[in-house]
Amino acid sequence: MADKQYKLTFCDGSGCLKNHAREFRQLFEEELRRHQIQQNVQIHLSGCLGMCTKGPILIVNPGYIMYGNLRPEDAAEIVQEHLVNGRPVSRLIIQEDHLYNRFFRIFGDSEFFGRQMRIALRNCGVIDPEKIDDYLAMRGYEALAKVLTEMTPQQVIEEVKKSGLRGRGGAGFPTGLKWEYTAKQSDPEKYVICNADEGDPGAFMDRSAIEGDPHTVLEGMIIGGYAIGSRQGIIYIRAEYPLAVQRLKKAIEDARREGFLGERILGTDFSFDIRICLGAGAFVCGEETALIHSIEGFRGMPRPRPPYPSVSGLFGKPTLINNVETWANIPVIIIDGADWFSRIGTATSKGTKVFALAGKVRNTGLVEVPMGTTLRDIIFGIGGGIPNGKKFKAVQTGGPSGGCLPEKYLDTQIDYESLAKAGSIMGSGGMIVIDEDSCMVRMARFFVEFTQDESCGKCTPCREGTKRMLEILTRITRGQGKPGDIEKLERLGTMIQKASLCGLGQSAPNPVLSTIRNFREEYEEHIHQKKCRARECTALLSFVVQDNCVGCGACKRVCPVNAVSGNRKEKHSINPNLCIKCGQCYDACKFNAIAKV
Amino acid sequence: MTQNQTEKLQAIREAMLAARNDAHPESHLIGILHKVQDVFGYLPREMMDEVAQTLEIPTAHIWGVATFYHYFNLEPIGRHVVSVCMGTACYVKGAASVLETLKKELGVEVGKTTSDGLFTLQEARCLGACGIAPVMMIDEKIYGQLDSKKTVDIINQYRKAAAEEKSAVGAETRRGKP
Repeated sequence: MADKQYKLTFCDGSGCLKNHAREFRQLFEEELRRHQIQQNVQIHLSGCLGMCTKGPILIVNPGYIMYGNLRPEDAAEIVQEHLVNGRPVSRLIIQEDHLYNRFFRIFGDSEFFGRQMRIALRNCGVIDPEKIDDYLAMRGYEALAKVLTEMTPQQVIEEVKKSGLRGRGGAGFPTGLKWEYTAKQSDPEKYVICNADEGDPGAFMDRSAIEGDPHTVLEGMIIGGYAIGSRQGIIYIRAEYPLAVQRLKKAIEDARREGFLGERILGTDFSFDIRICLGAGAFVCGEETALIHSIEGFRGMPRPRPPYPSVSGLFGKPTLINNVETWANIPVIIIDGADWFSRIGTATSKGTKVFALAGKVRNTGLVEVPMGTTLRDIIFGIGGGIPNGKKFKAVQTGGPSGGCLPEKYLDTQIDYESLAKAGSIMGSGGMIVIDEDSCMVRMARFFVEFTQDESCGKCTPCREGTKRMLEILTRITRGQGKPGDIEKLERLGTMIQKASLCGLGQSAPNPVLSTIRNFREEYEEHIHQKKCRARECTALLSFVVQDNCVGCGACKRVCPVNAVSGNRKEKHSINPNLCIKCGQCYDACKFNAIAKV
Repeated sequence: MTQNQTEKLQAIREAMLAARNDAHPESHLIGILHKVQDVFGYLPREMMDEVAQTLEIPTAHIWGVATFYHYFNLEPIGRHVVSVCMGTACYVKGAASVLETLKKELGVEVGKTTSDGLFTLQEARCLGACGIAPVMMIDEKIYGQLDSKKTVDIINQYRKAAAEEKSAVGAETRRGKP
């Protein structure tokens, strides 16, 4: 690390001076000379930092590592370990310094980042994801070292339980309990799996987290392996994410080389390795039993539970499966402590949640907020509201398994229970904002088309039920809806929820049922008045030429069925009996003279 | 078959032999199919038979797996695969019209290859680039914030590159003649 540049800031305020800050600095400079690295270090003095009771204080950049309560003998250790070996001396880092702080210090002064709290994504955008040294400088693998040298597996599980962390894949099962169940199994062969088969349309949390900070996922998994007594980890990741796969491969190689993976990790008796398994484009493989079948080389079909994977999982062995974001939280819980972690969030949902904010919102992207933040804060605060002066209509959370919440739920606090109570789910973190231009019936149809296509076909309610729902919804959007369709959808939906085998099927009707519950009038308009208020269902529209038509003939030329008539330089008209509502005239008109009514 | 493809094929055969000795040979199946597709662009029937024989897994099982997962192609594909993202964010931002534009421009339906063998048009599940929706992916490159014009421009870039390559190769051949 001889070529790395460090910037050191010594507090030179009178509080620190009283605590022998200058003597400390002199010793420190001697150590730098002894190691002949003074040319790699810039030294700055600062005025009082205001933390006088913790002086002397030294801040090391990059990394913004703050050391306090320094004693003369610490100088040699910091120079040797941190500046020469690149490993910050954790016992001297002062308590207020939580891992997430680093992100805040760099990006915290903008509206978009300042309102967030980044724990899982703490290093994304801060470190070079392909450099293990960057991760180490952010106290990377320190949690692993702590676990291996100071904690028993049981203590690790207790700490995770105490943190209140729940599965970030969507269902919210308490992570610590899952670990405990798997640890209790006596089988000597166990597996640890990272579920990175992020299939919800509109979600990209896992991809970004892995692309931005692959090592934290590895570190979480190694700690999980130690806690449950496993030797082998597998990351199941979508083949559609080539960059994430490439970064993971590099991270695994680097971690092996540095002794964080492989035989006898960090010189202890614990051995653990991780391999990557590519998915092949099947949404249902995000379901844990389907995912296991896929790794085993079969069609990714779910099976009834119990037995849960913690008892009988991959190759029939006890298996611990957690989602990417869940794993990324583990190192933080170990370093900053379960007590600290459980202070963030609400009574039942601790910590933060990453959301992929997209759709009709100004600032799209990944946001990580403490549990308990309201939907309004995310959409209108961090997200900056709806662009183009349009009106907010709904927010869709939880992807094809979730629901659409209208304006009256905007002040709902985000946690597993509140979102469920409002009629949606937390899900893995997709959050799509919908404005007045989107038709809710089509939205529901879109999701059912997705789940119908992705249904594995094993159980009848999901395979046949979603197909029938799709047929009805298609009919409604084409203006062929019949009285009684809404009730039929409700009945079908409830039946599919109750009778399907896995989570995909059980949740498939949610987008339909939630839109019927919150936007029933739109369904009714489609069916009874043959009207689509968002003007999205073209079959329910007619195209009319307005008075500002200049008679240029552009619409006439593109019309495939010769429905447009009119002389040059005179107002044209469209024959509704011939019109097939393809919308080409609407796109071709340069004068906005054609209206959809 | 190019030198590179021959080498990759050799690597697949070695990987299969290694997999056969593993405690769970089937668990390597999907990984091997990925590698086969990487070489050929699709899963040729003869290769499935070869995988079946080496790993001692029935071809029927392999066929079942190959047809279950969207990622695997069972027919040859064009030189460039154009995948239009049909994820929620892209849908909300007009992916359907991007797809229509492409169908019209390329003159093919989804899942089909243009007659010149240059493009295969596909629909994709969320590509995870929702921040720049609507998007399409050509081979492994993502193009975002698309509208009809931008989409056509991008397709034309690929056409132009292919035409230039062709004429360069042609010139090369002419020069090479005595």
